[in-house]
Amino acid sequence: MPFLFHQTKFLTAQIDDYLDTLSEGMIVFSCAVADYVHGEDQRFQERVKSEGALEHKCDDLRRMIERHLYSHSLIPESRGDVLGLLENLDDVINTAKASLLSMDIERPAILPENKEVWIELATTASNTAESVVLAARAFFRDPHSVSDHLHKVYFHEKEGDHVAEALKRRIFAADIELARKMHLCDCARRIDNVSDAAEDVADRLSIYAIKRTV
Amino acid sequence: MLLLFFLSSGLFLGWSLGANDAANVFGSAVGTRMIRFGRAAVICSVFVVIGAVVGGAGTSHTLGKLGAIDAIGGAFMAALAAGLTVTVMTKLGLPVSTSQAIVGAIVGWNLFTGSLTDTASLTRIVGTWVLCPILSGISAVIFHKCFTSVFRRLHLHLLWEDMFTRWSLVAVGAFASYSLGANNIANVMGVFVPVAPFASVDVGGLFTITGTQQLFLIGGLAIAFGVVTYSRKVMATVGGSLMRLTPQMALVVVLSQSVVLFVFSSQSLEAWLMARGLPTVPLVPVSSSQAVIGAVVGLGLMKGGRGVRYRMLCEIAAGWVTTPIISGAVAFVALFFLQNTFGVPIARDLDYVLDADVLARVERLDIRDSQLADLEGRTWPTQIGMMRSLGRRTALDTADRRRVLDAAELDHFVVSLEVIEREFSSGILSYGKLEALNQLAGQEYRHGWQLLEALAQNSDEWSLHEGADDHAAARMNTLQTTVLSAFRADSTTPAMND
Repeated sequence: MPFLFHQTKFLTAQIDDYLDTLSEGMIVFSCAVADYVHGEDQRFQERVKSEGALEHKCDDLRRMIERHLYSHSLIPESRGDVLGLLENLDDVINTAKASLLSMDIERPAILPENKEVWIELATTASNTAESVVLAARAFFRDPHSVSDHLHKVYFHEKEGDHVAEALKRRIFAADIELARKMHLCDCARRIDNVSDAAEDVADRLSIYAIKRTV
Repeated sequence: MLLLFFLSSGLFLGWSLGANDAANVFGSAVGTRMIRFGRAAVICSVFVVIGAVVGGAGTSHTLGKLGAIDAIGGAFMAALAAGLTVTVMTKLGLPVSTSQAIVGAIVGWNLFTGSLTDTASLTRIVGTWVLCPILSGISAVIFHKCFTSVFRRLHLHLLWEDMFTRWSLVAVGAFASYSLGANNIANVMGVFVPVAPFASVDVGGLFTITGTQQLFLIGGLAIAFGVVTYSRKVMATVGGSLMRLTPQMALVVVLSQSVVLFVFSSQSLEAWLMARGLPTVPLVPVSSSQAVIGAVVGLGLMKGGRGVRYRMLCEIAAGWVTTPIISGAVAFVALFFLQNTFGVPIARDLDYVLDADVLARVERLDIRDSQLADLEGRTWPTQIGMMRSLGRRTALDTADRRRVLDAAELDHFVVSLEVIEREFSSGILSYGKLEALNQLAGQEYRHGWQLLEALAQNSDEWSLHEGADDHAAARMNTLQTTVLSAFRADSTTPAMND
């Protein structure tokens, strides 16, 4: 019995840690984009490294949680859903890390008049992902309230689409080379992909929550 | 060895009950991998045996009232007929219950031997078969609502909820196993109670294990053997396909089933209700499978009726009729062959005589009918024969005719010091009662009531005091039955060392 208490306590802490790390990764992501846009290169480099470390930690935690859930036959009814949720959440931070990495490698030349829009796009993506993390926390403790968080995810994702569209229009309206336009649009799309990944998680989460509450 | 042979049919029935009904208790938990089979089998076996020994008496009394099979050959064949019916109907995929099969077999024995079937007991038993799934369904809905409400308020983490459910399944499974043992042991060993030759055993001066408890211990072990050897496959089937339930719903189903089985087998609960002047629940062996199905259907109806297999409900209702009829017919035919082909006595050869002593006793019971005196000196070979004569010749109602019949039963009781020493010296009787019994040493009686009246004359403690409650009356009745069985000069029950 004490072993089972310990096991449950340990795994609950690991899942909370995983979601905390994910949430932190999203904050780091939006800060990193802001630093890049403002030309704070050293801080941007630190943020990229930090994002990589957080993504790595998420991977480790996810694997450990999966291993424990299977080896101790825990939550047999919801195990598949929980594992699916964790893997989909992992895609969100993977997408954020890949976006920052490509930004670091490709060094897109941001137009000064669009700086605020880039930051807004990253902040919206971060908000979408953070809302989905809140929904995931609710899934574990109070599945009935998951929908309260999911509608925020969809709202932020839609906002992100609008901001991304506006940014692309401004890029193509600018008097710059087509290759640069294409490059900037590609970077904007990668940032917006974070919102899309979060939306995918939200779609799955809504089904998982229904399964738990029926 | 002969005793073991006769008990074998009951042991077979017990094994079959353990193999099938343990799945109702732990099937969903094992099927959903919430509990490992090994742990489930150990918990189930231990608690089934405890339930059978500690709480099995209540339901066996009701079966005894339906028809007291008084020869071990008859008991053997009744249990065998029930066991065969259960096995064959299970093989054919028809819904079957051990409780219904054994009731059918007892009625078959009654018909064959000309013994009376207590219609009041039969009605009560059949009534509980209908009541059992309904009660189970209602309990399941109530428990589900409570659990859902509590879980929603507590905001438990999914993993803590899982742990709570897991351990609750273990605890409720243990309770369900206890209830299964207490309620269904009467199906397995109930028919052997009146003929069991086991003497009470004093365990180190701490407590006494009565002959009935020893019988139930053997039956409980047979059920446990069925659990360990064969229930794994059935559990996997039940958990995997028959009941697609979440672990929480499985918990609710098992809890409802165990509560219903407990309610229909607990003498303590009966005493508690009696003491408060509340209506009591009949102590009757009921089908655990039907309790489970009732709970599942209850949950299904609560969720709007989708996925409820109404055909299964019809099959259960059909089983209430077909199972006892088939079992009764098998018992009737088999008893015929056992008696006439193998020459095994299947009932004690009792006569019913209306002599002067009996008429005086009847008068003391305040049963008066001028026509009774005309029948003085007549003897009947069967209960049914005497009841018919009384019905034709007197204006007595059924209850009074039954009391006359009880008084007329011609038996042979010998009070010996040896039996007193063996059965009653371990402290189950008060000093006054024991003294009254000792004073009768060496006496012989033709009627059971003569022995009881003699005891009452020797000591007030053998009489029921005025204003005694139903519980005290039931206790006195049990004690009197024990005394009569102990001193009955029995020729059909094989001795222990046979």
